[in-house]
Parts: sequence; structure tokens; C-alpha cells
Amino acid sequence: MSYLKGFLVTFRQIFQKRVTTPYPEEKRAKPERLHGRHVLGRYEDGMEKCIGCELCAGVCPANCIYVRGADNPTDNPVSPGERYGFVYEINYLRCIHCDLCVEACPTGAITESKMFEFSFTNRNDAIYTREELLVDSESGKPKQLPWEDWREGEDLDTSGWLRATSPNGDASYEGQIAWSGDLGYGIRKAEIGQSDTKTPEEEQ
Amino acid sequence: MIIASDPLLSSDIGFSVVAVMLLKVVLAFALLMVSVMLVIWFERKIVADMHNRVGPSLAGPWGILQTLADGIKLFFKEDLLPERADRVVFRLAPYLSLVPAFLSFAIVPIGGDFTNGGDGTVSIFGHRTLLQVADPPVGILLFLALSSIAVYGVMLAGWSSGSKYPLLGSVRASAQMISYEAALGLSMATVFLSSGTLSTSGIVSGQATWNWNLVATGVIPFVIFVIAGTAELNRPPFDLVEAEQELVGGFHTEYSSIRFALFFLAEFMNMITMSAIAVTLFLGGPNGPILIKQIAWVWPILWFFLKVMAFLFTFVWLRATLPRLRYDQLMDLGWKLLIPASLGWFLLIASLNIGEDRGWSTFLVVPIGLVVLSLAALLLNGAIKKAKDSSLNAADLSEISEGMDQ
Repeated sequence: MSYLKGFLVTFRQIFQKRVTTPYPEEKRAKPERLHGRHVLGRYEDGMEKCIGCELCAGVCPANCIYVRGADNPTDNPVSPGERYGFVYEINYLRCIHCDLCVEACPTGAITESKMFEFSFTNRNDAIYTREELLVDSESGKPKQLPWEDWREGEDLDTSGWLRATSPNGDASYEGQIAWSGDLGYGIRKAEIGQSDTKTPEEEQ
Repeated sequence: MIIASDPLLSSDIGFSVVAVMLLKVVLAFALLMVSVMLVIWFERKIVADMHNRVGPSLAGPWGILQTLADGIKLFFKEDLLPERADRVVFRLAPYLSLVPAFLSFAIVPIGGDFTNGGDGTVSIFGHRTLLQVADPPVGILLFLALSSIAVYGVMLAGWSSGSKYPLLGSVRASAQMISYEAALGLSMATVFLSSGTLSTSGIVSGQATWNWNLVATGVIPFVIFVIAGTAELNRPPFDLVEAEQELVGGFHTEYSSIRFALFFLAEFMNMITMSAIAVTLFLGGPNGPILIKQIAWVWPILWFFLKVMAFLFTFVWLRATLPRLRYDQLMDLGWKLLIPASLGWFLLIASLNIGEDRGWSTFLVVPIGLVVLSLAALLLNGAIKKAKDSSLNAADLSEISEGMDQ
């Protein structure tokens, strides 16, 4: 009669809870360190963080970033440094969301948000320009493009917090904040270290 | 006269009789179409439940209109005719499988009170009639004949596609149908023996007092009927005809659009019809207790519906649970187990019947019959084993060549 055990297995499933989410109507919470589309950050005073050094373009394995730096105008500087990125383009038909650009960036200007739900319908839209990537100089929120699906209550997902790795991998700096404040979200909490299993909230 | 046993046709046939007949035909057609629609949804929903999924949920409440949406989509898709197809046969095949599916439902009584000496008739516009489209005296034989014709639909579809996968599918289909039709027919034959009639309404009225054929024929024919019926329907675990992993889609690989929809329709219609026939033959058809006298006509239909639903659920359950059989396992099961078993059981029931006629003691006939049957089973088993061993030895070529060298 052990043949019949299998029938019981399938029958039992009927009464079990479903894990499926009806996706387009309802979204599941996104993982903490999801790699979505990039944002270009600003300091709390509204200055751009990007200094046009092109390290992100250099490190990009998919060759999807194009940056040109230029000298800051002396009367109205764009970034606190000497130069700024006056052309900044990312081609999302090529980007593999590896986050190497985020790690390469010396000022933490480019970071990845948690938003991956965007479907453009032509190749020009796939190339995000500097204006599209930069966060708003007032609110600090990224620009929502017409083909991007963000909804109410997803503001935190749009923030480009550095989530890829621990700050520098050096154990003596664990738990120390090593980044500058962001427009809109201020100074972030220290991220969880490599040997610590507690979240910053639990430590407080 | 082929449709004589319906009281509707025994009087003068006038306009109103024809109208009632037409109404019955249209009702049966509509009922079958709607129930196919719901059964496809039911199957997808239940199988999703058993897979711990959600299943269709967007079209209508609980996705109940999913089949309608699929049907409309298929209707508007492009109809492809492969270049190497046999054009006439390719177009004919879907109808060869659909029309028998429709026709065989005509003989199933779906309601009517057979209990307490009732003849199962209901009154429609002042005419007494059975709740089935036709009640030919050959009854179930018609079903067997039509299900044999339906094989041609599947076989010719694969043959005329001019493509290898459909051909393989149809070759499998014809072999499988021939193998299992024998077991199916033999298990039905035991019912004919105990009922003494072929007419479906006769078989149902013979089971009016809870003496269902399920018990009267001793369960074994019922089990064989369900297994052979599943194989006949090409339902899992016997769906080798359209084994997706091996044959793309089997016989309907080259079909698209509304022609494909027709095959799909026929498949599910056959599933409903097979369940209905099983209910008629073994589970007393629409017989059941009449609980509220005021709406007496509702109860038989309700009982029939519930019994058919139980079968449909079982078919879905089988699909969700069992993996597909290998081809040799399929043939082994059909020829070496089901056919001998159904034949043996048929002989046992026949000897019981003869024993009753001659006044032999049942307590003597049953043990003797069982002993003879088990002896026969042992012999058959031995023969099969011997054949298997010798064929294995013959296949061992190295041993043979060694033997020749010495």
C-alpha cells in the first residue's frame, strides 16, 4: 500500500499556505543589498559627489559607463573638488549590476538603488544620462522616469545607499562610519561588519 | 428501432416531440461545452493546489473564465498548415476526435429518478422522456465504437502532419488504444453480465437499490476500467502520446489555432464522458437518495454531478502524483496484467451466473473459480518469466558467440 503514500503527499499540498505573490499588484520586500539601477548622489549641501575621475568607467567589466570630467566653473562650482563629471552615461542594455563601479568610486558618488523594475522600449531610453541619474538637489530623491515602476512607500528602495561591501574590509575600521552624508538621507548608519552578526539597530 | 426505449418516441412523433428532442440535444451540447470550460479550469486549479501554486486567478473570479480567455486567444491565432501535411486529412482529424467525444455523451443518463420502481423519466412540456439524448438498445457498445473512431482522430492527426514527432505520437496512440481498449471492453463486459442489458438506462435502473455494479461485479472490473480508461484518455500517467519531454506535443505538435483548440476540447470532453460512463456502469449513475421531495428532479442530477466530480478529481490527482510510465511498462501493464485479469474476472462472473441458472451452490463455485483463476495466474506468470529470461539470454550476444566458438 506504500504506492498510496504519494497520493497523500500531493493531497496535503492543497491545504498548505501559498508563497506566491500576485506580482504586478503586490510586491515582495526587496533583499537588503539588491543591486538595481544607479543613482548619482549629492552631499547634504546639494553639491554633486562625482568628481569626473572616470574610475567607474575604467573598472566596468561590461563597458557600459561613459564619463567625461571637466574643470569646475570657478564662479559656480558643481562639485567640491577641482573637476566634476559633465558627461555621465550608463547603458542599461549592457550593465550587469556587478557594483564594481560603486566600489571603485573614491567619493561614493555612484551607488546602486534597489530598483530593477524598469522596461524601456527603445535603445535611447536604455542610456541613462547624467540628468536622469542625479538625485534631486532639493529632496535628494532620484528622478522617476516614465518607464520605471516605483510606487508609494518605496522611497527607501530608491535611495542609493552603499550596500555592496563593508567599507574597506579592514577589521580595525569595523563599525566606523567611513562615508559622507547624503542629500535626503543624511549620514547613514554604519553597516554590519564582517565578524559582527548584529545589525546596527540591535546594537543601539 | 434504434431509439425505441425512450417513451418520448413511442407515441406519435409530432412537432412538439421534435422540439423536445432538439431541446435535449442543444442542452446536452451546451452542458458539455460549459462543463469542458469549467473542467479545464478545475484541473488547472486543483493541479496548481497540489503543486502548491496559485493557478489561474486573473480572468474572472478565481480565474474561472481562464478557459474562455484561452479559447478566444486560440480562435484569433493564425492557422498553420504545414507544407508537407496531407491537407485533407490534416483538416479532418480534429473533427474525427471531437465528434465522437460529443456523440458518446448522448447515451449517458444524467438525471431522472430510477428508485422505487421509477423508470427514470422526467416530464418536459407534457412529454415523458429520459434525461439522455438517445437510449439505443446497444447503448454501451455505441460508446466503445465511438471511442474506437476517436483513435483515428489522434492517429490521422499525427500521420498527416508530415513530421516525425507527431508520427511517433500517433504510432504510440494507436498501439496504446488497441492494447487498453481490450481491457476496457472486458471490464465492461462483466457489467453487462451482471446487468443483463447493454442499454445505459437499463444498467442504471438495475442499480436503483444501492446494489451498485461496483459491488455486484466485485470491484476488480471497476479498478481495471479506471486504469484502462485513464490510458484510453491519454491522461497522465499514460500520456505517452503527447509526452512533452520526448515528443514536443505528440500528435498535435503541428496543430495551432482553433484546430488545436478542437483537440483540447475533445480531450477534456472525453475525460468527462469517460467519468460519466464509469459512473453509469459502476456507481449507479444518477441514483441516490431523494432528500427533499418538492424538488425531487434535482437530486438525481446532483448525485450524478457529484459522482462525476469525484472521478474528475481523481484524474487530476493521478496527474499531479504519478510520473509517466515507460513504454514497455505501459505494454506490460496492459497485456500482461489488465487483459488477463479482466478476462479471468469475466470468466468468474460468467461461471457465477451459470451457477445461479443451474442451481449450483455459490459457496462452491466461488472458491473453485478463484482456485482455477490463481492457477491460471501462476501459469501465466511463469510463462512471462520464462519468456523474459530467454529473451534476455538471446540478447546476450557475447555468450552466444562464445558458445559458437567452442
